[in-house]
Amino acid sequence: MTGQFLKKMGALSAAAMALMPALAAAQEETGYTAGHPLPGQFHLQRSVTPIMDSITAFHDGILMWTISLIVLFVLALLLWIAFRFNAKRNPVPAGFTHNTLVEIVWTVLPVVILIVIAIPSFGVLSDQLTTPDGERKYLGSNIFSFGEVEVPAPELTIKATGQQWYWDYEYVDQGVALTSLILDEEDRTATKPGQPRLLAVDNELVVPVDTTVRVQVTADPLGVIHAFAVPSFGIKIDAVPGRLNETWFNARETGIYYGQCSELCGRDHAFMPIAVRVVTKEEFAAFMAAFEGGDYAAASATLAAVQ
Amino acid sequence: MADTAHLEAHATGHDASSHHEPTGWRRWVYSTNHKDIGVMYLVFAIFAGVIGGLLSGVMRMELQEPGIQIFHGLAAMVYGIEGGEALDAGKHMYNVFTTAHALIMIFFVVMPATMGGFANYFAPLMIGAPDTAFPRINNIAFWLLPPAFILLMLSLFFEGTGPTALGFGGGWTIYPPLSSTVGHPGPAMDFAILSLHVAGISSILGAINLITTIFNMRAPGMTLHKMPLFAWSVLVTAFLLVLALPVLAGGITMLLTDRNFDTAFFKPAEGGDPVLFQHLFWFFGHPEVYIMILPGFGIVSHIVSTFSRKPIFGYMAMAYAMVAIGFVGFVVWAHHMYTTGLSLDVQRYFVAATMVIAVPTGVKIFSWIATMWGGSITFKSPMLWAIGFIFLFTVGGVTGVVLANAGADRALHDTYYVVAHFHYVLSLGAVFSIFAAWYYWYPKMFGYMYNEFLAQLHFWVMFVGVNLIFFPQHFLGLAGMPRRYIDYPDAFGFFNRISSIGYYITFAAMLIFFYATWEASRKKRPAGDNPWGEGATTLEWTLSSPPPFHQFTTLPKIDSTNAH
Repeated sequence: MTGQFLKKMGALSAAAMALMPALAAAQEETGYTAGHPLPGQFHLQRSVTPIMDSITAFHDGILMWTISLIVLFVLALLLWIAFRFNAKRNPVPAGFTHNTLVEIVWTVLPVVILIVIAIPSFGVLSDQLTTPDGERKYLGSNIFSFGEVEVPAPELTIKATGQQWYWDYEYVDQGVALTSLILDEEDRTATKPGQPRLLAVDNELVVPVDTTVRVQVTADPLGVIHAFAVPSFGIKIDAVPGRLNETWFNARETGIYYGQCSELCGRDHAFMPIAVRVVTKEEFAAFMAAFEGGDYAAASATLAAVQ
Repeated sequence: MADTAHLEAHATGHDASSHHEPTGWRRWVYSTNHKDIGVMYLVFAIFAGVIGGLLSGVMRMELQEPGIQIFHGLAAMVYGIEGGEALDAGKHMYNVFTTAHALIMIFFVVMPATMGGFANYFAPLMIGAPDTAFPRINNIAFWLLPPAFILLMLSLFFEGTGPTALGFGGGWTIYPPLSSTVGHPGPAMDFAILSLHVAGISSILGAINLITTIFNMRAPGMTLHKMPLFAWSVLVTAFLLVLALPVLAGGITMLLTDRNFDTAFFKPAEGGDPVLFQHLFWFFGHPEVYIMILPGFGIVSHIVSTFSRKPIFGYMAMAYAMVAIGFVGFVVWAHHMYTTGLSLDVQRYFVAATMVIAVPTGVKIFSWIATMWGGSITFKSPMLWAIGFIFLFTVGGVTGVVLANAGADRALHDTYYVVAHFHYVLSLGAVFSIFAAWYYWYPKMFGYMYNEFLAQLHFWVMFVGVNLIFFPQHFLGLAGMPRRYIDYPDAFGFFNRISSIGYYITFAAMLIFFYATWEASRKKRPAGDNPWGEGATTLEWTLSSPPPFHQFTTLPKIDSTNAH
C-alpha cells in the first residue's frame, strides 16, 4: 500500500518536474551540457550525480510547487479582499473575530503540507550525508522511493584544502597533490578561452566518471574557513581549519564542472573557483600513471587540452 | 497605581503633577520622556538608514555588470594607490561595505526603529501608562546608540587586514578565524566588537525597561489578554533581546580575548573551535531575525484591523503565535550551519524544528487575511504598506521553508537565494512594517497629516523597486551565484543588472519619502486626535495629536469594549 502510494507520489513529482521549468527544458534541448551557469539561468544547475538528481527533484518537483501555490493563494485572497471588501462595495463591516473551524484548518493543513515536504526531505538529506558502501541504494530522481539507484563504494579519495585564496588537492591514496589557481583574464584568453571567466583554473582536479569519489575537505590550519561546492554534483561543505569534513560524489558524465568558494574568506573570496574535470576511467588511469611522479603538467598532458 | 505615580515622580525628579516641560537641548539630551526618546530613536534610525542604504547602493552599482568597475576606483581615491594594489584594496573594501551595510541595517536601523522608536513611543500609550518604568534607563539606552554607531564608523577607518585595507570585511556573521587576528589583524575588528557590545547593552537596557513597563504599568483592567497586539509583540521581542544578546556578548568577548589576550576559544591550532563561535553567534542570530520582524507583526495587526474597521481576528492565537515563534526561534539556530559538517541526526533535528515555525507564522498570515475578510476596507497608505508587508513576508517566509530543508539548502546555502530570502523578510518585511507604522502613527506623533498621494506614491515605487532588486536574486541563487562576491561569472550578468535597476527605483522611492516628510512638516495640516476613524480603537487615539508631554495623569480604565 505505502509502497504504491510512494510510487504514485514519485510519478506525480516526476510529472510535476517535467512540467515545471519550461525554459530549463528548452536549454536542455539546445544542448545544455555545461558544468557551469548559463546566461540568464534561473534554475538549479544541471545535475550529473544521483545526489543532485534528488535535490533537483525535491526542489523542482515539491518545494517550488508548494511555495508557488501558497504565494499565489495568499495573493488571490488579498486581491479578492481588495475587490470584495473595500469600503465602497462593503460599507458595513462584519464583526466576527473567531471561527474555530478555519483556525483548525489553517493550523492542521500547514502541518500536513510540512509532513509531505519532510518525508522526501529527510531522504534527500540522509543520502547526502551517507557515504556509499556499495549496498545502500540512493533515491536519485525518485525521491518518494526507498532508493533505487545503486552507488558503488568509494574508490578514490581526494583531500581539498582551502587556502587564501586557492585550493590544494591531494589524491590521498596515491600521495600526489596539485594546486589549483584561478586563471587571470590574460592567461584564460590565451590558454583556455572556451572556459568561463572567474571559473577557469590553471590545474583542474581530475576524477574518473561513474566512480564514487570521497572528498575530504579542510582548510589551512592557520587559515580561515572556506567552503567547497560544486553545484552540478549537489555538494557543498565547509573547509574549516582543524576539521576534516567529508562528502562524496559520483558523476555520470564527463566534462568540467565548476564551483566557487562558498564561505566568505576575505579579499579574494570571489576568485578561488573549483574546477573538477570528469574523464573516462581509461583516461583517468593514464592520467594517474603519469602523475605518479608528482608532475601534474605531465599527467594532464595525457588528456585532451582544455580549450 | 500609587506605585506607578511614585516611580514616575521619583525617576524624573519632578512632581508628577507639575507638567514641567524642559525645553531646548535639555529636553532631548536629558530626556526621560518615552515619546521624545522614541522620536530620537526614529531620527537616529533614519540617519543610519541613509548610510546603510547608500552603502548597498555602491554595492549594487558594482554588481550591475560583471567585472570590477567601482571599488578599485574608490580604493584608488581613498588610498592613493593604483593598478593591482588598488584592485586588491577595492576587493577588501567591497567586503567592508557588505559587512557595514548589514550591521548598520540590523543594529542601527531596524532595531532602533521598531524596538527603540515605535515600541518606546507607543507601547506605553497603548497600555495606558504615563511613561516607561525606568525613564532614566530609557535615556541611557538611547544615548548608548550614537557611541556604538560612532565605534562602528570608526572601525571603517582603522586597519583591517593592512594599511590599504581599512575596516572589517568579514561579514556581519563575524566568523573566526576571518574575524580573529588570522583574518583581520588590525584594530578595525576590535572597534566593531566594542560597537556591538555597546549596541547590545543599549538593546538589553531598552528591553528590560519595556518588559517591566508592560508587566507593571498596564492601565487598570488591562489584563495581558486584553493588551494590544503591538504591546504583545514588543513584550515577546524584549524577552528575545534579553535572552539572546548576552550570548552574542559572550561570543564576541571570547573573540576579543582571542584577539588581544591570547586565549584560544576559537583557535584550532591551540585546541579551540571556530565552529563553536558559529553556534554562539546563531544562538543569538536566529532570535535576532525574529527580534527584527515581531514588532512588525504587532504593527500590521493594528493597521489591518483599523482600516478594515473590524476587530483583530483570533486575538489569542495571534498573541500566542508570537510567543510560539519566539520560543521555537531559540531552538533552530543551526539551520544556518548545515554545511559546517554537522552530523546527520543534528541536521535532521534542525530541519524538523525549523519547519515547525512555519505553523505559527501561517496562523498569523491567515489571521490577518481573516481580519480583512468581511471588513469595510479603506486603502490608505498605512494599509497599503501593511498589505504589502503581508504579501512580501509570505514570499520571504516560503523561501524560508525551502531553506529549512538541509537537503535543499545544500544547493542554496551561501548563495543569492539566501540573500533574496532574508531581504524579503527583512528589507521588504520589516522595513515595510516600519513604513506602515510611520504613516499610521505619523499624525499621532507629530500632529500633522502627510500628503496621502505622496505616501501612496512612496509605497508603489518602493514596492516595484524592492521586488526588482530581490526577486531576481532567487534565480541567481538557484543558478549557484555565491553571496558576498564582488565579481561573478558573466552568466549571472542579466539578473544582476535587473537587481541594480531595482535599487535605483528604490532610491527614488526614498527621495519621495523624504520629500513627503518635509512636505508634511511644511504644510502643517492638523491631523486631529484620530484621523483613522472608528477602526482605530487603541488608547493612543484617545489622546491629542501629538499627545501631551505627560499623558494619562488619570489612568484610563479598560473594560471589555475597548480592549485590543
